[in-house]
Amino acid sequence: MKRKLTVKPNSSRENKTGGWRTFKPDFIHEKCIACNTCALVCPEGICKPNKDGKKNKNGKIYYDFDPEYCKGCGICAANCPVKAIEMKLDKK
Amino acid sequence: MLEIRLHGRGGQGVVTAAELIAIAAFKDGFESQAFPNFGVERRGAPIQAYTRISKEKIRLRSQIYEPDFLIIQDDTLFGVVDLFKGVKKETKVVINSSKKLNEIFSNKLPLKKENFFIVDATKIALDILGKPIINTVMLGAFAQFSGLIKVKSIKDALREKFSGEILNKNIQATEYAFNLK
Amino acid sequence: MKTILEGSRVIAETIKMIKPSVVSAYPITPQTHIVEDLAKFKANGAANYEYVRAESEFAAASIVLGASAAGERVYTATSSQGLLLMIEVLFNIAGMRLPVVLTCANRGVSAPITIWNDHQDIMTLRDAGWIILFAENAQEAIVLHLVAYKIAEKYKIPVTVNVDGFVLTHTYEPSVLPTQSQVNKYLPKYKPQKDEYLNVENPVTFGAFATPADYMDIREELHNDIKNTQKEIGQEIKKVFKLLNVREKISQKEKNLIFNDNGLVEYYGVKNPKIIFLTMGSLVGTIKDFIKENQKEKLGVLKLRSFRPLPDKIILKMLKNAKYLAILDKNISLGESGVLGMEIKGAFFNKTKIKIQNFIVGLGGRDITEKHLSKIIKIIQTKKDQSVFIG
Repeated sequence: MKRKLTVKPNSSRENKTGGWRTFKPDFIHEKCIACNTCALVCPEGICKPNKDGKKNKNGKIYYDFDPEYCKGCGICAANCPVKAIEMKLDKK
Repeated sequence: MLEIRLHGRGGQGVVTAAELIAIAAFKDGFESQAFPNFGVERRGAPIQAYTRISKEKIRLRSQIYEPDFLIIQDDTLFGVVDLFKGVKKETKVVINSSKKLNEIFSNKLPLKKENFFIVDATKIALDILGKPIINTVMLGAFAQFSGLIKVKSIKDALREKFSGEILNKNIQATEYAFNLK
Repeated sequence: MKTILEGSRVIAETIKMIKPSVVSAYPITPQTHIVEDLAKFKANGAANYEYVRAESEFAAASIVLGASAAGERVYTATSSQGLLLMIEVLFNIAGMRLPVVLTCANRGVSAPITIWNDHQDIMTLRDAGWIILFAENAQEAIVLHLVAYKIAEKYKIPVTVNVDGFVLTHTYEPSVLPTQSQVNKYLPKYKPQKDEYLNVENPVTFGAFATPADYMDIREELHNDIKNTQKEIGQEIKKVFKLLNVREKISQKEKNLIFNDNGLVEYYGVKNPKIIFLTMGSLVGTIKDFIKENQKEKLGVLKLRSFRPLPDKIILKMLKNAKYLAILDKNISLGESGVLGMEIKGAFFNKTKIKIQNFIVGLGGRDITEKHLSKIIKIIQTKKDQSVFIG
């Protein structure tokens, strides 16, 4: 058998889906209560606590998103309980 | 026979746009055919759709390789998809972009400058429809630039697909784009 | 009236007018739009059938089996893996002589997964005792569905109408739908044979045991009955084309070309062709276009509308004095050759001197263009004789 029929995992990392979006979420760090809701609802799994552990003035490690993969669906903004995410037109 | 190739991303109504052109052309008295080239349908994934327009019955079923018209609904597809594959010298191109022609093509233009028509369809769609669904704006621009189909026929075609408020807004978007330039 | 609609919608509209009393299906690409439209008609009150959303294709086929056995007109549609999952039930439907009509939106078979078009799926139904028809375009899909019910109910043999997935199901093109009164007249309300259906007042058993004393004779009868429908299928197809007034005509640019249609098989091409293509489904359209654009090449195409029964004698007659026959299969019996190629070679053994060669094309949605057809007419005029993959 010459042709390989198996596929390696992680191929979705190669497909940078950030270019698909029209809107981009704006994470307002000072409002963030670090409730993890955005991380749970994000279909791409790219909402995460700040990777350097940065805190806002309420002492919470605020959340960020990965712009390389964010498709701009707005589910995070719609679900954020404290309205700390706003969708804005992405100027490309 | 004229062949139109549409490029866009899932969710932008690329397939619907191809169908609306075919319906409009049929209403103008032509034979027409529209079909998608589906990948596995996902919102955001690059997709293509095709329309053929002819005075005679269309029997050909293959995909479109040498389009007379290109409709590009998303300028982020440049560099991702070979959009200009198979274009002829006289191929006309409608692009949705907020940029100018020389900003889109940093190098040499693939076709003469007059062959391009750029419309900021996303902005128009957001203004009129409140959503970045741009296909009807693109149709208005295409009708204007190609002179191929009547704007009235597009409106009639829209009536077959939509109703109520959505229909009115789409008609408004089509007319707005048609009257540009 | 001529309208422009999606292929799936056209099929759904036709089925709505045919008025089955039970529709059952499980959604699968590319059949989905057909059954979605039928479900919408029901939801909007435009149709009266029971729409049963099954939990699998096996269940959908079983539901139409049961409803048909209870004496009702039924409909189902599927594709690819869905058809494969139905297969056991479909053999039973034929064996019980139930007039079920099934649309197969043809798609390749896994693995690897493909959602795109070829004819591999329906080939699994080849030996099941079904009549198998193929449509070239939306218009033919309308005609063949009407004929399917006519033949199925008269002969008590199930019929499948095949439409190329995406290529026909997802394409908008003009076609003429019948009127409701035309359909009512052509297909009056279905009446099952007296005392030969499930009825609590008069109980009967379907699919009971047949010992070696009977089984073989029952199979032989089904075989003969399918063969005997051949002439009538052809006549009915011609009749419905006439009824809707939709026969294809020769245009200005095609003055040197002819149509010769006997219902089961349609010929299009020059009067005295040197090379004839033989195939089924939407691919015929692309070949016709190729013939029209290359009139010096002396080409013709035979379109097979009925794969079961196989009208091999009619095809043989229509070959006339051609030198080459290129059989294009969108399927393959792996390890051997294309199914139609294999069958025609067998049927024509010692009956013709024409050179027959089999070409495998379009598997898993591979596009077939004029370039490929040019290649085929080159290859067939060489000495080679094996099945060749083109694409």
